Amino acid sequence: MSKPVLRVQDLAVTFSSYTGGLLNRHERQLRAVDGISFDLDPGETLGIVGESGSGKSTLARAILGLVKVSRGRVMWRGEELTGLDEEALRQKRKEIQIVFQDPVASLNPRMTAGDIIAEPLWTFYPNMERLQVEERTRGMMKMVGLLPNQINRYPHEFSGGQCQRIGIARSLVLNPKLLVCDEPVSALDVSIQAQIINLLKDLQKKLGLALIFIAHDLSVVRHISDRVMVMYMGQAMEVAEKASLYRRPLHPYTNALMKSVPVPDPKLAAAARQESWLKGDMPSPYQRPKGCIFHNRCPLRVKRCEADVPALRRLENGDWVACHRAEELDLSIQVPASG
Amino acid sequence: MNSEIKTSNEDLSVSDPFAAAFVEEDVRGRSLWVDAWHRLRKNRAAVVSGVIMAFMLLLVVFGPMVLPWEADFTDWDNTSTPPSLETAHWFGTDAVGRDILVRTLEGGRISLLVGLVATLVSLVIGVTYGAVAGYYGGLTDRVMMRIVDIVYALPFMFFVILLMVVFGRHIILIFVAIGAVNWLDMARIVRGQTLSLKNTEFVEAARACGVTHNSIIRRHIIPNLLGVVIVYVTLTIPQVILVESFLSFLGLGVQEPMSSWGALVNDGAQDMESAPWTLVFPATFLTVTLYCFNYIGDGMRDALDPKDHL
Repeated sequence: MSKPVLRVQDLAVTFSSYTGGLLNRHERQLRAVDGISFDLDPGETLGIVGESGSGKSTLARAILGLVKVSRGRVMWRGEELTGLDEEALRQKRKEIQIVFQDPVASLNPRMTAGDIIAEPLWTFYPNMERLQVEERTRGMMKMVGLLPNQINRYPHEFSGGQCQRIGIARSLVLNPKLLVCDEPVSALDVSIQAQIINLLKDLQKKLGLALIFIAHDLSVVRHISDRVMVMYMGQAMEVAEKASLYRRPLHPYTNALMKSVPVPDPKLAAAARQESWLKGDMPSPYQRPKGCIFHNRCPLRVKRCEADVPALRRLENGDWVACHRAEELDLSIQVPASG
Repeated sequence: MNSEIKTSNEDLSVSDPFAAAFVEEDVRGRSLWVDAWHRLRKNRAAVVSGVIMAFMLLLVVFGPMVLPWEADFTDWDNTSTPPSLETAHWFGTDAVGRDILVRTLEGGRISLLVGLVATLVSLVIGVTYGAVAGYYGGLTDRVMMRIVDIVYALPFMFFVILLMVVFGRHIILIFVAIGAVNWLDMARIVRGQTLSLKNTEFVEAARACGVTHNSIIRRHIIPNLLGVVIVYVTLTIPQVILVESFLSFLGLGVQEPMSSWGALVNDGAQDMESAPWTLVFPATFLTVTLYCFNYIGDGMRDALDPKDHL
């Protein structure tokens, strides 16, 4: 096995908010990411799924160093990123890049597509000649499937999918080694989603990128990931190889997410709906349940779940799961999940 | 280091056959500024005002050079004469025989200059100050904005009179006094805009790309708040002109033989009954200018912010 490029160890991000007036002010802590650990090999793709509010995006931003990490570390090729000062971290940004969720909002409306893609080059190679920058920019546009002659157009003159291609071109222009995709397709319609995912897959193969791919939808992640991490309220519920996760989820929450994937066949959908057993909403992040954080929504809970916190542990097949009953439950998929 | 970044396109194969099929001329983009310009051109009031202001500017700059009279020349044969073509005093003369037309145009130079320079000063200081305070936030922001609050609390007239007493009456002082007060509003507006802009995804994307703070402010924050700023500027110019007129009206503004529209209106108001033309002409120029700037400002606001004002 090759050495992992990225090691995330016990990473936690806490946000503070203040309630009350000037005098009786007190602080509330929101644990957005709470003790996440994983390794990522070069060229590997890790999919991260979870409901809205499960801390996926915050995790992505923490890896990039865009939010303050309150505990744990991020190791990039043997070097700790979390302790670096601003300038040193800035230098590392050449190697780790991010694609954002909202393709239109992530592009400055006052800059041309060419300028947006070229900006990282201006920043890191200020002495690069203008012609070279332009050539590189046009090359990137071609690579992500944009017409290079659209270099002078503005973001509002592109469609959502094209804007996302601009965002991808910008993130790849510096030849990064790791690309973090924060729900890159959830703002796009389905046919465009497939295009963007295939594009990312192609680029990954061509450039040897390691990829962290965040989505709230298991069917999207399935296409691109080697391994999948399932997150709930800032914690990892399960980290498993794609094949085994989609054949037999280990954690009831994973199973619940699987069941919530829409099924195009109405007969199968009716069967699936009967089985849909994710009840209620995620509890308030300020009042985390005792014991297993998922126990109050879990239909398979036992007494033990309400008291003991299940640790994320490694099973015989190498997958990780945080559930007391992982061995005894058989959550194999009967209903064929939609493509 | 540049060797890391390949510039040849040969290895970047085309994943989209569509893209390969076309190699044609670059398409010209249409920026939001161009869009706004097209909308502004459709606003008739703003266009007419713009034309009038351009004409006014030419008149004020070149008029005194062409006219036969000097601003401080006293025509003893024609004191307090009404407008007439015979005497060649088209707007008449004042009590000491000075030509009202030349004085109005020369006064316009001062009034417009004060309007433009004081606004420019407040623009530069206000945008920089507000953008820095808003972008860095936290303690920096709080200290900077409290300073603004304190300066804001000083009574303006008191401040001006104090400056006059200490430094004596001088045209530069008017620029300083008005500029010193006007940038406060600008700083507050810019800070508010910056606060909302710095949390946008494109600013976060720029940070993720390693763009430095200064470049983020310069390339991402300021161009995006410029729309609001331009509107505010066009509405500040008439306000400043009015403040200067007010100061001159009180006798705190420009000094003889120099003049401004405010000073002329003041002079004219004293002879209003015997020689109304000494009031009417400068007052008309002043009002027309104020109206025009306000219409241009309105038009700009509609053009630059089409979502809010339809």
